[in-house]
Amino acid sequence: MSEIKKTPLNAAHRTLGAKMVDFGGWDMPVQYPAGILAEHEAVRTKAGLFDVSHMGELRVVGKDALNYLQYLTPNDVASLSIGQVHYTAFLYENGTFVDDLLIYKEAEEEYLLVVNAGNIEKDFHWALEHTKGFDVQVTNESDATAEVALQGPLSEQILRPLCDLALGEMGYYYFRHGKVAGVPALISRTGYTGEDGFEVYVVAEAAEKIWHAILDAGAPLGLIPTGLGARNTLRLECRMSLYGHEINDTTNALEAGLGWIVKLNKDADFIGKKALALAKAQGLERKVVGFKTTEKRDIARDGMSVVKDGERIGYVTSGGPCLTVGANIGLAYVPTGMAAVGGKLQIDIRGRAVEAEIIPTPFYKRKK
Amino acid sequence: MYPADLKYTKDHEWIKIQENGTALVGITHYAQEALGDVVFVDLPEVGDNLALGDEFGTVESVKTVSELFAPASGTVTELNVGLTDHPEYVNEDPYGKGWMLKFQLTGAIPSDLLDAIAYEALVGSESH
Repeated sequence: MSEIKKTPLNAAHRTLGAKMVDFGGWDMPVQYPAGILAEHEAVRTKAGLFDVSHMGELRVVGKDALNYLQYLTPNDVASLSIGQVHYTAFLYENGTFVDDLLIYKEAEEEYLLVVNAGNIEKDFHWALEHTKGFDVQVTNESDATAEVALQGPLSEQILRPLCDLALGEMGYYYFRHGKVAGVPALISRTGYTGEDGFEVYVVAEAAEKIWHAILDAGAPLGLIPTGLGARNTLRLECRMSLYGHEINDTTNALEAGLGWIVKLNKDADFIGKKALALAKAQGLERKVVGFKTTEKRDIARDGMSVVKDGERIGYVTSGGPCLTVGANIGLAYVPTGMAAVGGKLQIDIRGRAVEAEIIPTPFYKRKK
Repeated sequence: MYPADLKYTKDHEWIKIQENGTALVGITHYAQEALGDVVFVDLPEVGDNLALGDEFGTVESVKTVSELFAPASGTVTELNVGLTDHPEYVNEDPYGKGWMLKFQLTGAIPSDLLDAIAYEALVGSESH
């Protein structure tokens, strides 16, 4: 085992009394003393501050940066304007996931890619392996970069006095460079909670400074530090995929419900295009669906089987109590023929076949 | 955090053996902290017979689920019905309002139950 990695905010989390866990090789706060329920609630009603410095940052620079990323990712990078962000993926030839990621267009020949912590080395190698024939340089800036996510309806109000940008003019999935508490930063209106919010990238050395500045500024408005536990319950309610759960190297982008990032009609060829075009033409064998269970005790968890007549026909990818909606919810792969909303599933919860109903997703949507 | 009048198991339950041969059972401070916010406690029925080591219920928290194992053999005589509406009692007061069930001991008291000092040493070595 390699040594556990720490973000520049590790000491700050411990000072705050966080419960730390090993998350994909990173020593991360799963919750603070408030607990996951209170942290979840804070993000839905006020604001929460997450350390997401474990995320990886790869920079792609060069004359062929656009063509290279068009080949490497399924979404249409040509549609991005400078200062815009989109969600996309690295796919294998068979259409399954190397990882999911965000692409930030910094300049005509420069892009920032934000990838999952547990996949940084794999993604970096994947990106390097495919540079042949393209005039690009790919650098891994992960260790030098810290990132915090300020999420919740009061995010703009909290960040505004600390930031020199006109945040009110920044649209969803746009970003700019500016300063936060005097520190040069990339600030994007993005997040993984389904609420309004910002993600702020700074050099690792400045992480503590912005962390404390934001927490201090937001505390009077109800901002609290929030951990990975709440991050997971929040993203699940909004039906956002999590690598290792809904998506991995055995699930293709279409069955994962991410057809909207797969631009089969874009001019460029891309890795996975052929397989996904074929899969689409043939029809999908299975799909991710959202479900709920009725009884309080029936909480489905990752890895549990979806069964029919005693046979395993699918599996739960994420599950838990839905804190905002007040039912137990989950996501599961099921055969396409059983994937219609309103349909009934049986989930094996510790030996009991529990009935679940397929319901529309996202489970929670914020009011605009 | 680990009252001296209770006995503890390696599975992080506490048992309070009373003079009339009944016992109260719950989970320890260490266990509730490891689980995080408890949202449901699934318990057996009154009258169920439990043998030492039987799985008799589950505790669901926001992020995970944990099984409960009988710390001694006995017959269930009472459940903490308050947990139905207030599962958070397990977090807030694990030795008081968060008790889970009461049972009538039917066998010998297991010899491997830990006292508070031994249990604290055990969880001290499990946490970093």
